[in-house]
Amino acid sequence: MLTKLKYLWQIIRRLSGDDAYEVYLKNFHKQQCKHDNTECPKPLSKADFFKQWQDDKWQGIKRCC
Amino acid sequence: MNKILKSTLWILVAILGASAVGCIAVNRGENINALWFITAALCIYTIAYRFYAAWIAATVLAIDSTRATPAERLENGRDFVPTHKWIVFGHHFAAIAGPGPLVGPTLAAQFGYLPGTLWILFGAVLGGCVQDMVTLFLSTRRDAKSLGQMARDELGAIGGTAALIATFSIMIILIAVLGLVVVNAMKHSPWATFTVSATIPIAMLVGIYMRYLRPGQVIEASALGVILLLISVVGGRFIDEHNTLRLLFDHEGLSLAWFIMAYGFAAAILPVWLLLAPRDYLSTYMKIGTITLLAVAIIFLQPNIKMPAITQFIDGSGPIFGGKLFPFVFITIACGAISGFHSLIASGTTPKLLSNERDICMIGYGGMLLESFVAIMAMIAATVLEPGVFFAINSSAGVVGSNALDAVNKISAWGYPVTVEQMQILAQQMGERTLFARTGGAPSLAVGMASIFGKAFGDGLLAIWYHFAIMFEAIFILTTLDAGTRVGRFMLQDMLGNIWPKMGQTSWLPSVILTSGIVVGGWGYFLYIGVIDPNGGVNILWPLFGIANQMLAAIALCVGTGILVKSNKLKYAGITAAPLAWLVIITSTAAWQKITSPDLRIGFFSAANDLADKLASGELPTEKTAIAPQLIFNLHLDAWLTLFFVSLLWLIFIDMLRVCWRYISGRSVLPLSESPHINSCLLDDWVRD
Repeated sequence: MLTKLKYLWQIIRRLSGDDAYEVYLKNFHKQQCKHDNTECPKPLSKADFFKQWQDDKWQGIKRCC
Repeated sequence: MNKILKSTLWILVAILGASAVGCIAVNRGENINALWFITAALCIYTIAYRFYAAWIAATVLAIDSTRATPAERLENGRDFVPTHKWIVFGHHFAAIAGPGPLVGPTLAAQFGYLPGTLWILFGAVLGGCVQDMVTLFLSTRRDAKSLGQMARDELGAIGGTAALIATFSIMIILIAVLGLVVVNAMKHSPWATFTVSATIPIAMLVGIYMRYLRPGQVIEASALGVILLLISVVGGRFIDEHNTLRLLFDHEGLSLAWFIMAYGFAAAILPVWLLLAPRDYLSTYMKIGTITLLAVAIIFLQPNIKMPAITQFIDGSGPIFGGKLFPFVFITIACGAISGFHSLIASGTTPKLLSNERDICMIGYGGMLLESFVAIMAMIAATVLEPGVFFAINSSAGVVGSNALDAVNKISAWGYPVTVEQMQILAQQMGERTLFARTGGAPSLAVGMASIFGKAFGDGLLAIWYHFAIMFEAIFILTTLDAGTRVGRFMLQDMLGNIWPKMGQTSWLPSVILTSGIVVGGWGYFLYIGVIDPNGGVNILWPLFGIANQMLAAIALCVGTGILVKSNKLKYAGITAAPLAWLVIITSTAAWQKITSPDLRIGFFSAANDLADKLASGELPTEKTAIAPQLIFNLHLDAWLTLFFVSLLWLIFIDMLRVCWRYISGRSVLPLSESPHINSCLLDDWVRD
């Protein structure tokens, strides 16, 4: 039961964008550090990431009639 | 045995669906239960999804689950992110489901419940769902390109330019008509105006919370916003009952239109985090929550439909908008059956999240089925009202008279009895001064929803439910208005950037202000036309919106048909060509009638000529004489705009036929722009859970 609730909570967070920064970090480490063993650039802070994420999200047509 | 059991089950679903449709279709003169509508819809959707959509996916599109999607190949953790199918479904549905499927069926209920219901059901499964699914598939195979880019790449410059102009045009008309719906809902309603106004500071507060106080905490900020919205709905009663405060929120339509234009301009130039993004979070939660609540209430309550199956207004004499059943029911209900606007979401946005092609069927076809179901619920909410009440709310003073007694006498004479007392009691229950001539669809839908919610959860809160429904409709209408103005601004900046590159810089303030002003001026003018129209504006603007939306759908289906033919799938091209042909027929017929009809309530030119004659002979009353020249100009403008839309539609249609004919006859055409096959590595990843 607890597992199902956790799973539901994960879906709600993903749908709402609440975990967008965690997804970004996971992807950042996967993408940025895979070819470079010496130095890895720093990821954006949560506040900076969130600002860019929101701006990107509203660049195109996102809502319909 | 298993196969026999499955076949039997599907046969039973088919029989149940056919019985439900039959019951809806043949019923005359007796009340019919709303559960038949739900049953018919669910059975038709299930069968269409299981057989038609699956066949299109497997045979026509040849969906390949081993092929990496753009989300996987171009993953960047921001816009290209492989995402779980149900989450993509949620995003896609939240994006396509706007106010259209709620307002369109409400207006089309003037023909009775049957025509609109049949068009919503069959239009969706054969047209709208196919358009969304095919466009999603084509965009996924082309690195998530937009519809305009695909039209340019596959059909040529004419198709691409037509798609761009159509998108911009529809944006202008869409925002104007939605603005009119909100204005009519708030006109002389301090409670509604306060509640809708309160959504602006609440959204800004949520924006500041997410930006500075708790960055990125979307759920807790949204929860706070939803609570404040509900408080504002309840608090509106206090404003309404306060002698001084109510005056602050009691306005004429024209004043409200100016407020909305100022708001649209501010929303287009303010940073997205402050207003647009937080408002979208709030409207999405409200939308999904309220639609779910309405579905549960309808299923639980099983209300009876009071509107007849077909009214006498199929002859074109309807009080809400002029025009016969054919083609105007198909123009009036766009978003619940087939909407060109969806193709803009299905291309460019959703494909960037899609983790596997096999989910295209569920997200593209299934998402539109759910939207169609929302339209069915809106039809139920509108038709559970007494028909006399429905027509009293939705008929403008220009049609039934500005005096309450004249209005009820006229509506009762049509065969739909209603009394002044009945309307007064209803208005009192809803916390309004009057419900006469509240055109636009939103108030009658709110009364219908409040009646259903009231019966399900207690009659004592009818006024709260009514204003909750108004707030629910207004909040996502305003979100579409914000987002549409901003997108229009970007498109205009992009176009002007070709002439003067500096204008193309989206952050250069003079360009931002100029282009925002032009876009707001564009839709603001049409909103103004609607507000000053003596017949309530819906009669003019909604058909224009319908024609523009169906034109965009036709463009998307042209792209789909052209690509299917170029992919050596001529024998299957009918899946898009058939709905395309239907759209070309209905759009052209509607446009032809709007331009040439001698009926003053249909033909723009005939109405303009009649007004000009009356003005010249001095027959007009003094107050109308002053605005008559402007009304005449507006009618001419609407006529030319309609002609422009239909010309654009035929241009791209003929261009698509040209490309297909060249391909079939072995001549050179633009090559397919499909990206190469790369094997997916995500098959066992978490996104496939």
